[in-house]
Amino acid sequence: MDTISYFKEQLNQLPQTQPAALARIRQEAADAFVQQGIPATRHEEWKYTRISSLFNKGFEWPVNQSATAVGEDQMQALRLPGSEKANELVFVNGRFSKELSVIRSKDLTVLSLEEAAAGEFEPLIAAHLGHSSDYLKDGIHAMNTAFMQGAVFVHVAKNKIIAEPVYAYHITDARAANSLSLPRSLVYISQAAELHWVETFHTLGMQESFTNQVVEMVAEKDARLFYYKIQHDAPHTNLVSTTHIRQIGQCYTYAVTISLDGHIVRNNTHVVMEAEHGEAHLYGLYFLNGNTHVDNHTIVDNAKPHCYSNELYKGVVGDSATGVFNGKIFVRQDAQKINAYQSNKNIILSDAASVNTKPQLEIFADDVKCSHGCTIGRLDEEGLFYLQSRGIPAKLAQSLLLHGFTSDILEKIKLDVIRDYADQLISQRLELL
Amino acid sequence: MLKIQNLHAGIEEKKILKGINLEVKPGEVHAIMGPNGSGKSTLASVLAGRENFEVTDGSVEFYGKDLLELAPEERAGEGLFLAFQYPVEIPGLTTTNFIKTAVNEVRKYRGQDALDAVGFLKLMKEKMGLMNIDQSLLSRPLNEGFSGGEKKRNEIFQMAMLEPRLAILDETDSGLDIDAIRIVSNGVNKIRGKDNAVLVITHYQRLLDYIVPDFVHVLYKGRIVKSGTKELALELEERGYDFIKNEVNIGEEA
Ligand SMILES: Nc1ncnc2c1ncn2[C@@H]1O[C@H](COP(=O)(O)OP(=O)(O)OP(=O)(O)O)[C@@H](O)[C@H]1O
Ligand SMILES: [Mg+2]
Repeated sequence: MDTISYFKEQLNQLPQTQPAALARIRQEAADAFVQQGIPATRHEEWKYTRISSLFNKGFEWPVNQSATAVGEDQMQALRLPGSEKANELVFVNGRFSKELSVIRSKDLTVLSLEEAAAGEFEPLIAAHLGHSSDYLKDGIHAMNTAFMQGAVFVHVAKNKIIAEPVYAYHITDARAANSLSLPRSLVYISQAAELHWVETFHTLGMQESFTNQVVEMVAEKDARLFYYKIQHDAPHTNLVSTTHIRQIGQCYTYAVTISLDGHIVRNNTHVVMEAEHGEAHLYGLYFLNGNTHVDNHTIVDNAKPHCYSNELYKGVVGDSATGVFNGKIFVRQDAQKINAYQSNKNIILSDAASVNTKPQLEIFADDVKCSHGCTIGRLDEEGLFYLQSRGIPAKLAQSLLLHGFTSDILEKIKLDVIRDYADQLISQRLELL
Repeated sequence: MLKIQNLHAGIEEKKILKGINLEVKPGEVHAIMGPNGSGKSTLASVLAGRENFEVTDGSVEFYGKDLLELAPEERAGEGLFLAFQYPVEIPGLTTTNFIKTAVNEVRKYRGQDALDAVGFLKLMKEKMGLMNIDQSLLSRPLNEGFSGGEKKRNEIFQMAMLEPRLAILDETDSGLDIDAIRIVSNGVNKIRGKDNAVLVITHYQRLLDYIVPDFVHVLYKGRIVKSGTKELALELEERGYDFIKNEVNIGEEA
């Protein structure tokens, strides 16, 4: 049976979705998925990242997941530092696990999407769920929406600063079978509230694993969102991770993506600035070896005047790894006085490593300040010699230079424990050189 | 300590050094002068071990060792130091962290224990005072956004921290204000001793008023074409390089 036929069959077996609004969003996505299928590399947005052939491996997506045996042992092994003071949201095979999750902050509401849509949050869900579909017109994104099962709605109440960060763990159990996860969440940050959110991905077992995750985040006026994503799953795992941030009032959002491992990783990171004077920061670091392929597609959509955005992605690419960066900046017609900065800098460590980078600016207003730039180069020979001439051996000199290169992105991580953790991961990577 | 014999070096097809002979003994100060592009920085780089220059002939001995066989970091370990004409900016690596790593790597090479935090701080405070450098500069990424003068002073500060046996200063005086020249010279004179030697590359007599050389050499077209005592520097200041160029060019024609 081909991929689409298999998933079509699974779709037919899904239980009826309630309420009707949710059912409608899902049905539209199901139609889009069946029509478009998994994007091939002739799809402009997937030119460098080949995921369609992965599905020949036959991923299973059972409609009725038996509660998989993820226990305390497994959780211990993958917990991030500082978890004893964090809210932990655990998704197993894409479904939110209430049993494994721990909510510590009283001003943080976490509900199943169905539950939330049936109650007071219904208008928020109707207004924001699926907003990312306006920006991602492909079958892989539609697939996540079509199969929403065990999705969550997270709400931060007005004026509340959530001191304990949210750690969202996405676990895919590939011990027994080739496994597909489709986690989905909608996060709503009310006026003048503050939230710190850290996302990680983990595969158990050595069978094939594919995670196709979507998180949509909405920030109201004066809200502050700090979002971090750390990717260092096993080398055989595949991940498409979409983070869609919507600024609906003048607010401040911040996203840092650190990618280290995996077979194919595709990140879609979006900020839609729908209010004047919004401020958005997007940072990324990919430090790759082996055959890892990491593709960062970003969108900053300036829909209103006076917005500021700063985007910096850096890559160190070794062995036969590949880095892809595609940065879109839209400035809508009436969005005057925009300041939008974008930069992508890469260091290539070997002949077999490659980087494709492409800025894409679409500007329809005339009074804007936009800058973009990208560089791809080898490690600075001058710098290397300078350090060596001071008695520092070549290998250590290289390591210091590369650490220095990554440090401005690491410094963007405002949670100390997470920054130290990411720094440690980078140091481990440097030791392998 | 340093014996350069018939040194030829170049880059790709270009020959830059065409037979340098020079001997430096402990305690001596040698000045190397010469017109732009004559090969002064190339000589300094070849001595420090820069790989993109190829040595095609000749030899360099440093304390009896074949210097050309050593990696740049080993040369530093042996006590060679080059203050760069153009110090390199290193983003994301703080100056303090860099110097600490350098000091301890050199100590390791020499079979000494690494300095602990307290020992390092003490050494640094002492040398900072000497070089009139302040803490805020040292906590910034190495040379990044430093002014020209700050970069040069930082070079000499590193020299003071590493206590080399042979220091090569490549135009350390250019871009320095008068006070800074005095401070830098002071730093150099402090490490000068019966066991240490200094090779000063400069265009200006002014520096040599502070770091008084035992010998002055003129490098032209990749060769040392004239050597003398400190009076030679004064003569060059007065007459320029033309008289030397003429001598050499007439010699070449003959
Ligand atoms: N990397 C290089 N590639 C090509 N040519 C080079 C390179 N480095 C130096 N040269 C050439 O070698 C010659 C000597 O250069 P060098 O920098 O040693 O001169 P210098 O005596 O230090 O001059 P200055 O007084 O201007 O500092 C010059 O003609 C220069 O252009
Ligand atoms: Mg020079």
